[in-house]
Amino acid sequence: MAEQASILAEHVSFTYEESETQTLKDVSLEIKPGEFVAILGHNGSGKSTLAKLLNALYLPTEGRVLVCGMDTAEDERIWDIRRRAGMIFQNPDNQLVATVVREDVAFGLENLGVPHGEMVERIDRALETVRMTAYADSAPHMLSGGQKQRVAIAGILAMAPSCILADEATAMLDPAGREEVLQTVRKLNREQGISVVWITHFMEEAAKADRVIVISDGEIALQGAPREVFKQVERMRELHLDVPHMTALAAELRKEGIPLREDLLTVEEMTEEVCALLCPSN
Amino acid sequence: MLKNITLGQYYPVDSVIHRLDPRVKILLTMAMIVAVFLVRSLVGYALLLAFVYLVSRLAKVPFRLIIKGIKPLRFILILTFLLNLFLSAQGNILFQWRFITITDQGLRQSIHYSLRLVFLVLGTSLMTLTTSPIQLADGMELLLSPLKVIRFPAHELAMMMSIALRFIPTLLEETDKIMKAQMARGADFESGNLLRRAKAMIPLLVPLFVSAFRRASELAMAMEARCYHGGEGRTRLRVLKLTRPDLWASLAVAGLIALIVLEGIVLPKGWLL
Repeated sequence: MAEQASILAEHVSFTYEESETQTLKDVSLEIKPGEFVAILGHNGSGKSTLAKLLNALYLPTEGRVLVCGMDTAEDERIWDIRRRAGMIFQNPDNQLVATVVREDVAFGLENLGVPHGEMVERIDRALETVRMTAYADSAPHMLSGGQKQRVAIAGILAMAPSCILADEATAMLDPAGREEVLQTVRKLNREQGISVVWITHFMEEAAKADRVIVISDGEIALQGAPREVFKQVERMRELHLDVPHMTALAAELRKEGIPLREDLLTVEEMTEEVCALLCPSN
Repeated sequence: MLKNITLGQYYPVDSVIHRLDPRVKILLTMAMIVAVFLVRSLVGYALLLAFVYLVSRLAKVPFRLIIKGIKPLRFILILTFLLNLFLSAQGNILFQWRFITITDQGLRQSIHYSLRLVFLVLGTSLMTLTTSPIQLADGMELLLSPLKVIRFPAHELAMMMSIALRFIPTLLEETDKIMKAQMARGADFESGNLLRRAKAMIPLLVPLFVSAFRRASELAMAMEARCYHGGEGRTRLRVLKLTRPDLWASLAVAGLIALIVLEGIVLPKGWLL
């Protein structure tokens, strides 16, 4: 048998109770273990709804979602599913429950009924991994946005997840906070093989993913490696999405007849390309 | 102004009394309340006062801070005293002038009632000054947990309390922000009479409520995502354990009650009230 997918969505459709139209239409996707997948989409595209379907906060109206082989529609496995697919939300304030950092990290473990001794151990390890040990006894409202998100990550990490779902986890942070949260999640992805579903509208963040899925009007519009997706500059514009600045610049320059690669993503790559053009001898 | 807030009247120092198990403190406070009603003479009140003073020293809480707890009660105290003094008709008349009659029993009763009130406040302040709100919530949850059998929501109440404590600073910060935003747009929160000022609060309260509801709904979802499903099968990080000092404290209160009961029996009726 092939390696079991971390998350598997098969022909998932979803309609909100009070709504007439489908928010998601026949979405199928697979997140492999250890994969870092970015999901892009403009406001109201259904990307947030998709995230909530992936850990049984919502149940699909049609189709099914499997988390580590468990169907989210199975009531008795719901806690195991949510433990496996931990979710970080957008607003750092509205997901911390306790008055002290350490106790907030404990929240999930308390809910799972983990014995006290093991709980303390797992909390310490999780806080260390996100480098928040020094703040273990602080009150959440004294922390910066990035630090709060790292505490939220620790809270999920303590539950030993196989997948982290981040629903625009950096949208409310300043650039420094954004960087520190993304770095933390990437480290977990690399070092512990935790797969990541990174929902964002920052193209530069999506560019660092293994794979990008673009959602538009509840459907998967594009997917593939970041380079493959972003080089379709025109298509992305049609979907009301930007591409990374350098990809856009390269596209403009190509229009002017400058032969640049069309799948440029970063400033470094741009510099290299331009240098190569200017002095071909190198 | 909103940054450094202390909740309730908790006095955060480290002492033997602070470290006592909150369950024990709650129960002992209740025992002390009962003791207050057993007092028959001024000697008993003196005993109580000595006890409160001793505990405040052990707790490193300034005694005057405990006394200050009575201040908001002063009108009720005066009212209790006067009502009992004037409306009690039994006993020997000590003083009579027109419709005012003061009897010895009335005087005794009014002193008793007022002192009882004072000691009720002193006793409970001892607890709230030395126990953080979150510890109190923990203690209440555990003490009330036997009532879960009759579906009393002990865990839910404690969880609500703890979430409220978590969000008070956040909401205060938000209030501050909204207030400044509205002031920047010309809102006036400070002038005018009471009615006008109350009306001026509407543009502050409406956005605050809307945001609080949004936060609540997001928080509920985040809690569910972290496997929250009520108090059943839940373990806790904060474990309460009875220690040696808890035993000493219980013995001390038991001793106090014994002395008070003894005072009621031994001293002849009417001696010192």
